[in-house]
This record gives sequence, C-alpha cells and structure tokens, in this order.
Amino acid sequence: MAIGVTNAPEKRKSSGSILNDSHVRGLFYQALTVIILALLVYWIADNTIENLRRANIASGYGFLNSRAGFDVGQSLIAFSSDSTYGRALVVGFVNTLLVAITGIITATVIGFIVGIGRLSHNWIIAKLSLTYVEVFRNIPPLLVIFFWYSGVLSILPQPRDAITLPFNTFVSNRGLTFPKPIFEEGSQYTILALLIAVAASFVFARYARQRQMATGQRIPVLWPVLGLVIGLPVLTFLATGSPLSFDVPVEGRFNLVGGSVIGPEFLSLYLALSFYTAAFIAEIVRAGIRGVSKGQTEAAHALGIRPRLTTRLVVVPQAMRIIIPPLTSQYLNLTKNSSLAVAIGYADLVAVGGTILNQTGQSIEVVSIWLIVYLSLSLATSLFMNWYNARMALVER
Amino acid sequence: MSTHQTSFVRASIIEASPAPARESGIAFWLKKNLFATPKDTALTIISLLILAWLVPPALEWLFIDAAWTGGGRGVCATIAQGGSQPEGWSGACWAFVNAKFSQFLFGRYPLDERWRPALVGILFVLFLVPMLIPKIPYKGLNALLLLVVLPIIATILLPGGWLGLTYVETPLWGGLMVTLVLSFVGIAVSLPLGILLALGRRSNMPVIKMLCTAFIELVRGVPLITVLFMASVMLPLFLPQGVTFDKFLRALIGVSLFASAYMAEVVRGGLQAIPKGQYEGADSLGLSFWQKMNLIVLPQALKLVIPGIVNTFIGLFKDTSLVSIIGMFDLLGIVRLNFADANWSSAVTPLTGLIFAGFVFWLFCFGMSRYSGFMERLLDTSRR
Repeated sequence: MAIGVTNAPEKRKSSGSILNDSHVRGLFYQALTVIILALLVYWIADNTIENLRRANIASGYGFLNSRAGFDVGQSLIAFSSDSTYGRALVVGFVNTLLVAITGIITATVIGFIVGIGRLSHNWIIAKLSLTYVEVFRNIPPLLVIFFWYSGVLSILPQPRDAITLPFNTFVSNRGLTFPKPIFEEGSQYTILALLIAVAASFVFARYARQRQMATGQRIPVLWPVLGLVIGLPVLTFLATGSPLSFDVPVEGRFNLVGGSVIGPEFLSLYLALSFYTAAFIAEIVRAGIRGVSKGQTEAAHALGIRPRLTTRLVVVPQAMRIIIPPLTSQYLNLTKNSSLAVAIGYADLVAVGGTILNQTGQSIEVVSIWLIVYLSLSLATSLFMNWYNARMALVER
Repeated sequence: MSTHQTSFVRASIIEASPAPARESGIAFWLKKNLFATPKDTALTIISLLILAWLVPPALEWLFIDAAWTGGGRGVCATIAQGGSQPEGWSGACWAFVNAKFSQFLFGRYPLDERWRPALVGILFVLFLVPMLIPKIPYKGLNALLLLVVLPIIATILLPGGWLGLTYVETPLWGGLMVTLVLSFVGIAVSLPLGILLALGRRSNMPVIKMLCTAFIELVRGVPLITVLFMASVMLPLFLPQGVTFDKFLRALIGVSLFASAYMAEVVRGGLQAIPKGQYEGADSLGLSFWQKMNLIVLPQALKLVIPGIVNTFIGLFKDTSLVSIIGMFDLLGIVRLNFADANWSSAVTPLTGLIFAGFVFWLFCFGMSRYSGFMERLLDTSRR
C-alpha cells in the first residue's frame, strides 16, 4: 500500500482506483449484506406464508383467547382447563419467575458459603468446597435435574409411608407436604404493620447515616431496626387476636389429606438449579475476594481497624465490585436454565408454550412470546444489576 | 596495604539445621491446617462427622452392595419387588450399565454396522491425542487430518448410503456417539464463527456491527431449549414445500449457532484487552485488515481468553444433553430411554444410570478444563 504523505489517514484521497478506497469498499460490503439479508428475509417470509396457508394455520395472536383444554400441575394463580391459552402462558411465566427467584436466593447462599470455604485456611473445608465446585461445574444441569427427579425423589416412599419431618411436614414421592397457613379476618393488619416497620427502618437508617456524616455521632441502627421489624408485626398480630391458623396435613388411608403440597417437579428443578449455579457463584466469589489486593487488608490493619471491621468495610465492598457483573450473568443463566423444566413436566413458560404449540400449531407466535419474555427478563435483570453496580462502583475523583 | 587480619573466616557453609520439631512434621501440619483456632477445630470436627456419615454408606451403595453381574432386573430388585436381593437391599445396579454399555455408546445403531462409528471413534482418538501433546511435530498435517479428513470420513461412514454401505438414518443414532458428534461439530463451527461475529461487532461498518450485535444479544438472551425448539419447529416452516431437513442436522445448527454467540463475547473480551498500540503498529506496517488480525491481534487475543474459550466448549458439551428434550437420544437420552426397559426397571436403575452418565460427562468436562489450565501455563510468555 503505497500511500503518499498525508496527515489525516482517514481522509486520504486514494491516488489509484476507487476500488482501493476503504470507505467505498465498506459501503459496498454493507450494501451487499443488506441486499442478501433482504432477499433471505423475503424468501423465508414467502415460504412461511405459503406453508402456513397449506397447513391451514391462521397466523396472529387470536388463539390466546381460546379455551386451553389442558390442566397445569402447579399454579400460583387460579387456572382450570376452561381458562384461555393466554392465561396458561401467564401461569407458566409466574412459575418460571417462582423457580428463578427461589433458585437465585438459594444458589447465592450456597455459592457464597462454598466460595468462602474454598479460601478457608482449614484444609478439609477448602478441599470439600473444591470437590463440590469441580463435581457440579462439570455435569450438565439437565442431568442434575434428572438426578433429583428420577434418582432421588421418585424412589421416596409412597404418601402413606411418608417420611415425617418436624412441624407436621411430610416428604414422599408426591413432594413436600406442609401445613397450609390460613389467613383469617384481620391478618392484613399484621402485613400492613410489617410494611410500615420496614419503611420506618429505611427512614431511620438513612437518618442515622446522615447524622453520622454531619456530626460524627453514631446512632446504633441494628437493634432498633430488628426490634421494629419483628416487634411491630408481632404486637399487631397479638392485638388483633392471632388471626392465623394452619391446615395441618393428616395421613389418610392412601394419601396425605390437607396441607399444601410442593410437587417433586418444582423441588427437583429448584434443587438442581440451586446446586448447579452455586458452583459457578462459588468460583466468582472466590475470584472476587482474591482480587482484592493484600495491601488493602494490611493497610487497614496498620490503621488499627479490627479484622472483622476490615472484612466488612474494606474487603467486602471492593470484592463486590468484582463479583457483581459475573454474578448477574449467572442469575440470568439460572433463569434461562429454568426452561429445562420442560424435561420433567414442571409447567414453566417453555413447557406450557410447548403444549400450546403442539395443540394449535402456532409455532411462530409461541416462539415469539418466548423470545420477548426471556429477552425482557434478561434486560430487566441487567438493568437492575447495572444500577446496583453503578452504586457499588469505584468513585473516581 | 591493609594488614587487617580476620580472626575467623568460615571456609564452608554449615548444613541448614532442621526446622524445630514444633514447626514441621505431621503434628505441625495438622495443627496448622485443621486445628489452628477453636473455630477451625469445630469446623474440622463437624466436616469429619458429616463425611463419616455420608461417605461410607455411599461407597457401600456404589461398590460393596452393588450388583455387578446379572442378566435382568432380578439382580437389582428385592424379593418383594420380584428379584433375588434380600429385603431392604439397596445398591448400585452396575449389571444394567454392563448390559446396556454398547447401547450407551452407539444408541440404536444397527449391530452389524457398529464398526463404522467405532472406526470413526478410533480415528478421532488417533488424530486428537497427537494434536494435544505439544511436543509431537507436524501439527499442520495433524490439524488437516482432524479437521478436514476426519469429518469427511465421518460423513461417509456414519450415515452410509453410498459406497455399498447400508444407510443408517439419524433417528437410530444415539448415545455417546451423538454427544461427541454434536460437540465436535459445535466446537469446530462455533470458534471460527464466534471470531467472525466478534470482529463484526467491533467493525466500524455500522450495518455489519448492528447485525452482529443483534444476533449475539438475541441468542444470548434466550435459553438454548427455545433455540432448539425454533430449529425443530420453525426451520421447516421457513423452507419451501418439499424440502426437508434432517432433525439431527437441525439440532446441530441450533447448538452451533448458540455456542457461536457465547464464543463471540469471549473473543470480544480478548480483542478489547489488546492495547491500541498493537492495532496501530500493524496499521503502520501497512498490513491489510486480515493480515493484522491473523498475524498480530488474534494470536494475542485468543491466548488471553483460553479459559473463556474452553469454558464455552465445556458449556457446549454439557448443553448437547438438551437435544434429548427434542426427541434425540444422546448419552443422557439413551440412558433415560433404558429406564423404561421392563427387563431392567427397578428402584435403583435410574440412579445407577444417571451416576454413570454423570461420570462420563464429568470425565470429559474435567479433562477439558485441566487441559486448558495446562495450555494456559504453556502459552504464558509474560511471567518468564
């Protein structure tokens, strides 16, 4: 490439053919891509319309209002086979959210314990944590789900010989049966009291922080807040005459009668996702804590800060900065992996969508709903985590 | 000039004396690693108790009480369940794995034709092992054999239908063979495609950049199972009437595209980590775009992200198990299919089969991660 002496290479005038101008070439390649893509899309759309016409499938989202005709195993909102397809999808979405949120909480707790365990000076704890991580990281999540579903939960005893746990809870191959709380008249005041207590705690903590910033005086926060959050609801509960009773499951002749049941499908999915994702979170936590330079700890000690406060005020805030971005993607992975529910028949969004797809043949519509829901979930999680990350990020001068 | 006389000069270095008894030996190791503080002691004791509670029964279940040989479910069921084991027995049913082993490898591939996948498997190992050992020369020829010759042989041998070989349709394929074919093709496609997508995402042509970004974000935002559903129910809609696509091929396309998007993000991380001076240096030498990428940027960028690349490979290998949901029988699928075999169904069969499948998956994934660690140390030129 013999180029004459030019000061601004981007604006150079090609002395030779226009074919060698990188700007012109770029435009040409892009135009070519757009044309090929447009032709491809046209061809696909044409084929699709033709195929749909042949198969007599009416496109559009009208089918969402017709009767579903199938039942859903577990549902948080009312659903019967007379409900619509649209409602079935909502049920599936709620179930996806349920397993994702509970799974994220459990996976975070296990992951932090194991991750900190890997850094322990105690040889046996470190090795146990390492074993946990290496086992679960290298096995497909689907296999872990089947392990719980067909390997463990399905060979538990029948409901009539269910294993009895404390608090009238039973474990059998039909899942976990536990006393169902019945909220009677007046129980809404207790919930209201809890909400008020939480709100008041936030205000109080904010006030305490501002006061410390302004005057240097510290007001104890932990104990008043604990007292408020526990005390106020308990007092209200007692004052309104304990409006809560339990529907306790009783062993019947063949089955357990009463109580609430969490099915084995949810349990296996929840356990598998938590255990599997926890292995990845553990590695993230370990890397985060290791990523805080030792000088930070030493400097804190040199300033006379006690070890516990060093961990809380110096190491953890800096480690969180490293931990949060990859942690976000693990949360998203867990949410997406919850779609494996379809393999064991837990009625999540994909499983319900699959049933509808088989019944109606509306594949494009169902797949588009999946895409929109999962993409918005991803987007919502990343937005929240970005906001949190921005709060935790290093404040530069 | 100096007449200074040294009164003592050591002529020889004395031997290092052994560490004090309290600072070495088993007792010291135990004290330091297990019983350093009261909290440590408590943790050690609790862990030992949990281990003592879990490990011996597990070993007993896996090995001592296990049924190793036998021709049917009888050896794995108690008398009450119609078998020959005493009441209350529980142990692994290795006889089941033993009896179904060749099915776990080849699925329902016809018995007389199983030499074909076996031959491909042997060639794969023969070509792969020298590729993985850095000291063995002729890497170029080796890569050609592994990445060009082997796929050609496999496409001829596995489906057959020509050269006098009977045609074996893909629904009959199964087991470890399907898992390995899917992962091999997925890996071979996703790395170059991922690099192209990453370069496209960093391109300064707005249309290319937008398309690559949209593809990557769209695929990364949805679960693999929806991509597979799309490949299996929507792809036929997109094609003209009468043109059909093999189901196996559809899954292959789905898995490869899915892995490419993840690969692209890993490679992009590497590309971003290369200092701008490297790009500018290449430009100032008058290298073309592809020369710049191939000779200067990509070798450095890919070396940086080896762990990420291998993690994507491992993820891909694990993700191949999802094809069992859309009705194909990979290793996990074929193991589960055999739970339904009336000749072998018993309470312990599912657990045994899953432990076997899990062990095989684990072996491959752990091997890959170990090899990536080795490669990382080998290519690490910065610290020496």
